[in-house]
Amino acid sequence: MADITLRVNGAACTGSPEARKTLADFLRDDLSLTGTHLGCEHGACGACTVIVDGRAVRSCLMLAVQAAGSEVTTIEGLAPDGGLGTLQQAMWDSHSFQCGFCTPGMVMQAVAFLSDHPDADEQQIREALSGNICRCTGYQSIIDGVLLAAERSVNSDPAAPPGASPDPAAPRGASPDPAAPRGASPDPAAPRGASPDPAAPPNRER
Amino acid sequence: MKLPPVDYEAPETVSEAVELLAEHQDEASVLAGGQSLIPLLALRLAHPAVLIDINGIAELSGVSKTDGWVAIGAMTREYVAEESETIADDVPLLAAALPLIGHEAIRSRGTVGGSLAHADPAAELPAVARALDAEFVVRGPSGERVIPAAEWFEGFLTTSRRPDELLTEVRFPAVGPGTGTSFQEVARRHGDFAIVGLAASLTLSDGAIGDARLAFAGVSDVPVRARDAEDLLVGEAPSPQLFDQAAQRATDDIDPPADVHGSSEYRRKAAAALVRRGLRAAADNAGERQ
Repeated sequence: MADITLRVNGAACTGSPEARKTLADFLRDDLSLTGTHLGCEHGACGACTVIVDGRAVRSCLMLAVQAAGSEVTTIEGLAPDGGLGTLQQAMWDSHSFQCGFCTPGMVMQAVAFLSDHPDADEQQIREALSGNICRCTGYQSIIDGVLLAAERSVNSDPAAPPGASPDPAAPRGASPDPAAPRGASPDPAAPRGASPDPAAPPNRER
Repeated sequence: MKLPPVDYEAPETVSEAVELLAEHQDEASVLAGGQSLIPLLALRLAHPAVLIDINGIAELSGVSKTDGWVAIGAMTREYVAEESETIADDVPLLAAALPLIGHEAIRSRGTVGGSLAHADPAAELPAVARALDAEFVVRGPSGERVIPAAEWFEGFLTTSRRPDELLTEVRFPAVGPGTGTSFQEVARRHGDFAIVGLAASLTLSDGAIGDARLAFAGVSDVPVRARDAEDLLVGEAPSPQLFDQAAQRATDDIDPPADVHGSSEYRRKAAAALVRRGLRAAADNAGERQ
């Protein structure tokens, strides 16, 4: 057991995960952020993709203790006001998803990609999402949604990347924030997404 | 699919890591990017007593060029290497192979040293290292040693690194004038391990091939150099007929594994096609670099 402090969706969080606990399990079990889905649990499906220090990563292939000091964004953190981000709205409008299992990973991968490549074309988007598996849609509706988001963001405000991009000034692998409250896990004053959502459906995947 | 219980150490210097390796020997696994090791743990195919996490060792990351060699720190993430101008300019074969590794999210965490130390024979980087005669720098309790690529890969997921040694750096020779390179692979989908892969390098001078290098991924338990085909190419002028002969020669003696993705015979034919394609592409960009 090691005490760790990290920032999740903008709020400081602490925890004492076992070394073997993945970041995905820490987010779901310790922080009750069950929006991050676990499909294969060995890095093949992409459902658990989250953004760590600005990069999309598989949260099942990273230990929670390795996230100490990092800035993590999960699907809950994309639209803190409870609404939808640009990408989420575009995917909604494009009927991108069916069962919803791959959705959080697909969205987080697309958000990370579009924040670096706001004017990506279809081929680049297909390649960027090639590590995320969807068993319902056949992918076309997902690609349509991401393309629509790219189109809207370029047309409206070229400076604003689609979706919520993590703070580029966030330190990479910096030491834990000494000012962060300890033992308050998660911060009750945190925006929606960092705290357990009482309205969230029970975990039915496992 | 949960990881087995395991102890965890996070050294901050190479010396500390080496001390820990000396203490735990083969009971320890070195955790770099974790994109292969963590699945092995999740699938309970690896059971180390202790993980030695080297992600906090700052001195292990970085790309630098000295004396005609490009040195890449073992913990340098694949996406960082992919974005490196030094690698793009001086080790174009490596630059061509990097985007083919896994997917974007895998390359966010995966490391150059980790892939080469894991030594999956179907992976891209081992074939590149073998083609270019890269050098592997390891540090152990008695100091540093440099291992040539020809001696690094010993078998399936097995290298000549001793249990108390840490891979700290991999050095690739910088490309010279007249050299063209190409990385080719056949994979079921983008990002999958290669069914067959090929790293190719050709150096042309005065219209003839001065140096030829061909290394396969996915045809054996280690990356394989096609020495006979290389010998056949040297001294000749590039031509489609010559590349056909080289493809034949390169695949005469290989005995690729068969699995659900392809039979041994399919892999041999795919390998021959990759030799033709790789040589054509390498010859084309060798011409451009002159």
